[in-house]
Parts: sequence; C-alpha cells; structure tokens
Amino acid sequence: MITRPRPEKNRLRRTMMFMNAQKPGLIKDAYIYGTDSIILDLEDAVAENQKDAARFSLYQAIKNIDYGTTEVIVRINGLDTPHWQEDIRCVVASGADGIRIAKCESAQDVHTVEEHVLAAEKEFGVEEGRTLLMAALESPKGIMNAYEIVTASDRMFGCAISGGDFRKSMHVRIEEGGIEMLVARGQMLMAARAAEVQCFDTMFPNIDDMEGFKQEVIQNRKMGFDGKSIVSPRQIQFVHDTFAPTAKEIAYAEKLVRSFNEQADSGVGVYTVDGKMVDIPFFEDARRVIALAKACGVYEGDL
Amino acid sequence: MEIQKVAIAGTLESSDAQVTVEPLHSGIELSLESSVMNQYGRQIKATILDTLSQLEVKNAKVIVVDKGALECTLKARIQCAVYRSCDASEKNIPWGGGIR
Repeated sequence: MITRPRPEKNRLRRTMMFMNAQKPGLIKDAYIYGTDSIILDLEDAVAENQKDAARFSLYQAIKNIDYGTTEVIVRINGLDTPHWQEDIRCVVASGADGIRIAKCESAQDVHTVEEHVLAAEKEFGVEEGRTLLMAALESPKGIMNAYEIVTASDRMFGCAISGGDFRKSMHVRIEEGGIEMLVARGQMLMAARAAEVQCFDTMFPNIDDMEGFKQEVIQNRKMGFDGKSIVSPRQIQFVHDTFAPTAKEIAYAEKLVRSFNEQADSGVGVYTVDGKMVDIPFFEDARRVIALAKACGVYEGDL
Repeated sequence: MEIQKVAIAGTLESSDAQVTVEPLHSGIELSLESSVMNQYGRQIKATILDTLSQLEVKNAKVIVVDKGALECTLKARIQCAVYRSCDASEKNIPWGGGIR
C-alpha cells in the first residue's frame, strides 16, 4: 500500500492534467507524462450511474499506484449533488493530496467541504489538516466571491477558472485573444495574489488546435497565472517551457540580486541596473524568478 | 457479505475488467476469461479469491472478463460489484476497513 508524503501547499503547479477516475487505462500510468499535478475526476467525466465504481477505482489506484512526486488532486462532485459527501470520505481515506471543489461560489461552500474533510480525517485516522483544497470558479458568482473563497480556509492553495461553465453563464464562446474571459481572469488573479495563493487558468478544449492553445498559454503567462488545467499529455511541454523563466530573465534577476547585495552593504536604496531604475520590489521579484527557475529545473547559476 | 442480486461493475475496455456477481447457494463458482490468461491466469485467480475472502463473500457465482487490468483495478471492480449486489455501493463505504 502506498502512503503519500504530506502534501506541500506551495509547490510547482504549471500543469494540472484531468483524468477520468473511472478509466483504469488512463490513471494507471498518469505519472509518466511529467505533469506537475493530476486531477482525478469524479465529476463531469464520470457518468451518473458510475459514480460508485469511480470511487472504488480511485481508492485502489491511489493506494496501489506510486505517483511519486506528481501531485494527486481529486475533483469531487458539486455540493448540489448526492455524491460529494462520499467523494470526500473516499478521497481523504485514500490519502490523496487535495480536493478540487467544483462550482465553488462562496466561503460557505469551502467551509462545508472543510468540515466534511476534517470529519473524514478523524474517521480514517489521517493527519488533521493534511488534505489540501483548491476552488474551481465556474460562474460569475464564483468570480465575484473569489477573494472570500480563497481566504476561507488554511488548506486552500489556489483557485482555477473553469471556462466551459463560465462562458455558458456569460452567453459567450471562446474568442481569439480571450476577450470574453479577460475580466474574470483578471479579477480571479487579483483575488489570488491578494490572498497569496496560486491561480490557474482553464483548460483549452480543442486538443488539435495547437496554435490557439499556445496563444492562450502565452497570454496566461503574461497575465500572471501560476499554471493551467490541461486535458492531454500533448499540452504539457509547451506550458512548462512557457512558464519557466527565460535565460534573459534569469540573467537579469541574477544581476539584480548580486547588485542589490552590494548596494545594500554600502547603504544605497534606489539605483540603476542596465539603465533602469530599480528598488526593493524589483529585488523581491528577482528572487522569485530565481526560485521559479530552480523549481523548473532551468537554473544553472550559484545563487 | 451476502450476494443478494446480480450486479456488474467494470467495462470491456483495455486495462479494465468486467465483473459480474450472482447469488449462489454454496461456495464460490468462478468463471475467468482473460486476454493475458497464459501469463497471469493463476495470479488473477488468486487476486479474485483473495478479494472475495476479504469481503467475506462465501457464496457467489463470479464471472470475470479481464482485459489486462492491473491488480488494483481488478480489486476495485470486484469490490464495487459485491457492494452493488447489496445495494450498498453509494455511501458509507468502509474505506481502509472492509475495503482494502
């Protein structure tokens, strides 16, 4: 039986790949693709009359398959269904790293899930507080309440927007350039940053449209997302490459960190690097870039 | 557990197994068909019988059509079929207890 190590709240999550928990052919080798996290799905991917079978399959998979350093998150059914309570018992007992709350709309939703998670941790002798949470925001209401949602629990590591449901409720469809979700993405990002949790973009459903996918990933990075939900192993590499700091960014960050140390020693606060004015916030961002480069495995310096 | 009615779990997709359980007066009657029977037949049979014994199923007709399922998949399908046959598969599953 596999016992997974205690989940880390802050870790690299560039890609979170969805997999149907009811399909053994998929979940058996999910870890070989190199995605940062997998999301085993008990919700939309599983037919209504197979919810029970999916739980048995999920439990046995997590208990017996060694996913190694790939994070294992489970998307549970919505709080308006008869399934979510047993989903939580199953997920917590299995020792999965965390739960993705589908269709989350309020702090109350988070509290409800957290209560049941805690009860399940007690019931199954799992370390209290171990099971992490993340919120999927799928409606305008969820986006409007993003900040109260992501600050509702210490277990909360981040939030993600679900484009399918969100676009439906806004009466829009996927547009080139993403104008239809610009405000929602921006608002969610601000809530996440304000709460110091991570923020993930929706999956890109047209697997064969690699060009459209790439455009969206590049925009995601420019907007400040930490990662993206994905639906195919083919989508992993481009996201990882795009979210890793570039060699130029790393070199500049190194220069900043080094020069800051020197300047601070001689009592200077604001100064210029390569003709650009820099001060403390630049230094903090430079440290973040180097930490991210290390986590992505692209850092070769000695800082 | 007592098998109360016919129940099925799993599919015939690759890497899966379809398990059917039916009530039987006495003993276990196993019918196994597998795409990897020559290599793993004995192991699969042992897994099926172990899982049934863990569930304390003593009387049942069990039909397994295996499509190269991992051991954990096979176990999950058997457990689900048995719980379905008792109308007990939807909630209050003894995870980590009766279900191991």
